[in-house]
Amino acid sequence: MIEFRSVSKTYQDGTAAVEDFSLEIPARRITVLVGSSGSGKTTVMRMINRMVDPTSGTVEIDGVDVATREPVQLRRGIGYIMQNSGLLPHRSVLDNITTVPRLTGVSKADARRRAFELMEVVGLERSLADRYPSQLSGGQQQRVGVARGLAVDPNILLMDEPFSAVDPIVRDELQQEVLRIQAELAKTIVFVSHDIDEAFLLGDQVVVLERGGHIVQQGTPTEILANPATDFVATFIGAERGKRRLVVSDSTPAIGDDRVLVDGGGYPVGIIAAPGGRLEAGNPNPKSRSVSNKTDQAGDA
Amino acid sequence: MIFVQAIAWILDGGHWVGRAGAGNPAILQRLGETLGISVISVAIAVVIAVPLGVLIGHTGRGRLVAILASNVARALPTLGLLSILLLLIGINAVPIAIVLVLLGIPPMLAGAYAGVEAVNRDTIDAARAVGMTEWQIVVRVELPLAASLLVGGFRATVLQVIATTTVASAFAFGGFGIYLINGLAQNDFVQMLAGAILVTVLCLLIDGALAVVQRLVAPRAFPAARRIRLRRRRAAGHSGPRPSRGRGPSRKVCSHEEDLQRRDRGHRRDGGDRPDARRVRQLEEPERRRIGWR
Ligand SMILES: Nc1ncnc2c1ncn2[C@@H]1O[C@H](COP(=O)(O)OP(=O)(O)OP(=O)(O)O)[C@@H](O)[C@H]1O
Ligand SMILES: [Mg+2]
Repeated sequence: MIEFRSVSKTYQDGTAAVEDFSLEIPARRITVLVGSSGSGKTTVMRMINRMVDPTSGTVEIDGVDVATREPVQLRRGIGYIMQNSGLLPHRSVLDNITTVPRLTGVSKADARRRAFELMEVVGLERSLADRYPSQLSGGQQQRVGVARGLAVDPNILLMDEPFSAVDPIVRDELQQEVLRIQAELAKTIVFVSHDIDEAFLLGDQVVVLERGGHIVQQGTPTEILANPATDFVATFIGAERGKRRLVVSDSTPAIGDDRVLVDGGGYPVGIIAAPGGRLEAGNPNPKSRSVSNKTDQAGDA
Repeated sequence: MIFVQAIAWILDGGHWVGRAGAGNPAILQRLGETLGISVISVAIAVVIAVPLGVLIGHTGRGRLVAILASNVARALPTLGLLSILLLLIGINAVPIAIVLVLLGIPPMLAGAYAGVEAVNRDTIDAARAVGMTEWQIVVRVELPLAASLLVGGFRATVLQVIATTTVASAFAFGGFGIYLINGLAQNDFVQMLAGAILVTVLCLLIDGALAVVQRLVAPRAFPAARRIRLRRRRAAGHSGPRPSRGRGPSRKVCSHEEDLQRRDRGHRRDGGDRPDARRVRQLEEPERRRIGWR
């Protein structure tokens, strides 16, 4: 578990990026920090691995104040995946993935073996191992970034808008990849995004931030969607407009008890399958990707 | 024709060997003198300038002081300074070496800090975020990526030093400059021209060799990438001039200040905090292209 206790950060130039921020991030779940640009998401996230030190307040991992940890050691135990992959341009894919394990004294052979495993996990062909980052597509680079983040088998993964620079189709793929990996590995993931759809897709817990790192709402995607706390959240998740605001159509004839739904633009988007309708009713409980079959274990980060 | 005579003078085998004096120019001995003091001076300049430049580039601190000091060193009247030092220290190689070192430092320093500074901030930030120590960042990330600009600075330093040794010949020091001094005194213009040609050829040879080194260290980071780029360029029917590679630093060293000050505005280091990388990258892109970095 990661815990923020009234954390504030004022940068040297006087920017109050985060003010009095408190949050619990449960272990082995995906927590998505979402908010508009400049709301302090990155700043909050980087306080976990001490890339940013809070001006006041404390950040604890499993009850240990990170300020007491040596930054380099701390960072080696936390996976970090960023928007532009941050790969070393002068090193091959394989060398990039093995960088951190090699720093921590893992033998070259072991590091390479593990790197090949990880390339498979993130869906990269072995033949790409000797390429340089500049020879990969954006999506492939991000996969390498994810593999590098996983290389030391960290309990915590920090992902800062990792997929915002790739095209929508690749983004979908990568998001599914994250869900698949998470179902398998169950890491504590802190995921920063400015895309509410991504947040709702990935997040077990979604935290909506406003300028200054103020939490406007936090909860499961269902809770937030069902009950936006403020007009800001409602607008942000697009509750009033477009595809989130669905209306039961009365102009289209009902098919048995089933009802056609139309979105804010008036286009049909789906059907409510009523019990006894032509389509069999699905699970009435909204799905969450939470790894709910795994119990919360204390001391799991 | 005097030019032909000068070439003949140089090609005369008897002019190369033996000790200097009694009409024997002893080109080999003069070459040894020139190279000897140059190697020592360049070595000292490198030992001082590279660590300092890398430190400045890495921390982003002290750049203004370095620019100021470099400008002062460049503005020093070589001959005047040399005269004073010779008077103070005595007529030997030490004051000459001091002057050569002073003149050799600025380009090396500029190459070192410009090279390190030009490394993408996101790359360094990511290296730090995955747990590299500052030393590992310098050695494994910044230096390899700055290699081309470092060699560029080194090139400029070497040329500066060798060119300046000719001035030192005015003061009881050998080197190729002695032919200029003696030739002038004896109205022997062939000897003068021969001396000028010798220095020039030496500089060109060394510069050429270092240019090759510079090319070798730069693409090593992206060997295949470079091939692919070339292939793409060809495929695209690109026949225009290629962006120049590797010429930047040695040419531009003297006016690096504007670039650096320009970059200064987008450059922020706040301990481990996030540098405003996007802005820096925008500023650096044309710069990096200019130096043919990738
Ligand atoms: N190193 C820094 N020095 C000064 N101010 C900074 C620094 N880093 C961020 N800021 C400022 O702090 C505020 C929050 O920045 P932060 O990067 O945390 O936002 P963000 O929510 O991640 O934004 P984005 O979605 O654009 O990435 C912004 O106003 C930003 O300008
Ligand atoms: Mg951000």
